[in-house]
Amino acid sequence: MTPTPGSVAPTGGWRSARVAAVDRPGPAAVRLRLDVADRVSHLPGQHYVVRLTAPDGYTASRSYSVASAPGDPLVELYVERLVDGEVSGYLADVLEPGDELEVRGPVGGWFVWDGTTPALAVGGGSGVVPLVSMLRHARDTGRPELLCLVGAARTAASLPYAEEMLDGCTLVALSQEDSPAGRPAGRLRAADLAPLVDGRDAGFVCGSAGFAETASQALVAAGMPADRVRVERFGPSG
Amino acid sequence: MTTRGFTGRPRRSDPRLPPGQYDVGDDWPVLTAEVTPGVDLATWRLVVDGAVGQPSSWSWDELHALPVERVDTDIHCVTTWSKLGTSFTGVRVDHLLAAAGPLPAATHVLARSVTGYTTNLPLADVTGGRAWAVWEHEGRPLPVPHGGPVRLLVPHLYFWKSAKWLERLTLLTADEPGFWERYGYHDRGDPWQQQRYQGD
Ligand SMILES: Cc1cc2nc3c(=O)[nH]c(=O)nc-3n(C[C@H](O)[C@H](O)[C@H](O)COP(=O)(O)OP(=O)(O)OC[C@H]3O[C@@H](n4cnc5c(N)ncnc54)[C@H](O)[C@@H]3O)c2cc1C
Repeated sequence: MTPTPGSVAPTGGWRSARVAAVDRPGPAAVRLRLDVADRVSHLPGQHYVVRLTAPDGYTASRSYSVASAPGDPLVELYVERLVDGEVSGYLADVLEPGDELEVRGPVGGWFVWDGTTPALAVGGGSGVVPLVSMLRHARDTGRPELLCLVGAARTAASLPYAEEMLDGCTLVALSQEDSPAGRPAGRLRAADLAPLVDGRDAGFVCGSAGFAETASQALVAAGMPADRVRVERFGPSG
Repeated sequence: MTTRGFTGRPRRSDPRLPPGQYDVGDDWPVLTAEVTPGVDLATWRLVVDGAVGQPSSWSWDELHALPVERVDTDIHCVTTWSKLGTSFTGVRVDHLLAAAGPLPAATHVLARSVTGYTTNLPLADVTGGRAWAVWEHEGRPLPVPHGGPVRLLVPHLYFWKSAKWLERLTLLTADEPGFWERYGYHDRGDPWQQQRYQGD
């Protein structure tokens, strides 16, 4: 796991971001489009830290992966609303266009795709968010063949960016229903990934800690060397 | 800057919680950037090398023959969770260093995992009974996703400094950034100072 010097990320300090758009693609998710002052361009896979401050000075900070491509003038985040979630609850229920948010980023130089390496990227649930940035970037640069995407969720309706993912993914694995392309319902397994590994120099796995553990082991079992797999685990708090 | 409409959770002012952290209670989140490795204890050794008089290493059994102690402590992850009042069992890094004999010029340590993960620490942060190589958590074998069989434990710094799947401590005569540090994370990582990223 030798980092590529070119991918060291400037993190910079806190910046102010104006909320340009808010939409709620489902009952448990919110999509934010942010206009970030003095924005530093990100690489697909990187995230931002969002910091909320209460009137008494109390703060809560969480990490959110960027869904937009580097070429997009705005930063797009997709946040899954957790039960009792302090920050996701605020973003989903209270935030409105025109509000100001404090953000820091882009952060992370490890879970990034440079846009030139043939890659296999596997995302589960909200873990598909950084993969959407990869997908959009591959399209913007005219190299969609460099990216083989696998999306996993319980149902098609709960897959973030379902339309874009169903269209852009080589494989969508749904655990509770058959996928539109005909894959029978069931959890993602090594056998799903084995036909996709060949020729892919880098592997990316993103999702909850549980998903990331299972999917990264499945990727290795499918034949991807462990030292080529980069994992992003969304903890209960980032 | 106050965020419009944000009040946050009711605050519990536990003096053990550094600023910006919350208590996960009985949970213990796993955050790792790599595939969880399997470590073969038959061949695994813990090595201390670099700027030392006597490069040294210990097998699993040899490590257990050193003075073992239980550490009751709090741990703090840079991603804002803390785990309060937990315990680990292992051996002080002081005992390992005593065998290897750091050269007077040694100022830092680079801890290395079997996966190649590295993290840098000032020597002063791993000496004086403030750092351990541990293999038990709350009396049970340290689970592999949490760094088993053996991980570094430096509880007074953010937890990415407590390298999982520990295999080597290399003494350095100058600071050298480790894995996350090269990506902009802080060289020291004191949770009480909120040293999350370079420049904090
Ligand atoms: C690198 C990275 C990228 C990420 N990207 C994304 C992304 O693109 N989209 C996304 O949706 N998420 C992402 N996450 C996860 C995100 O950072 C947050 O963890 C998530 O939004 C939950 O935050 P929250 O404040 O809503 O929930 P929290 O308030 O942190 O709570 C999480 C859960 O723990 C419980 N809990 C925690 N603290 C307490 C407490 N003090 N009292 C009671 N209960 C508590 C709650 O019941 C809740 O269900 C990412 C995480 C990382 C590390």
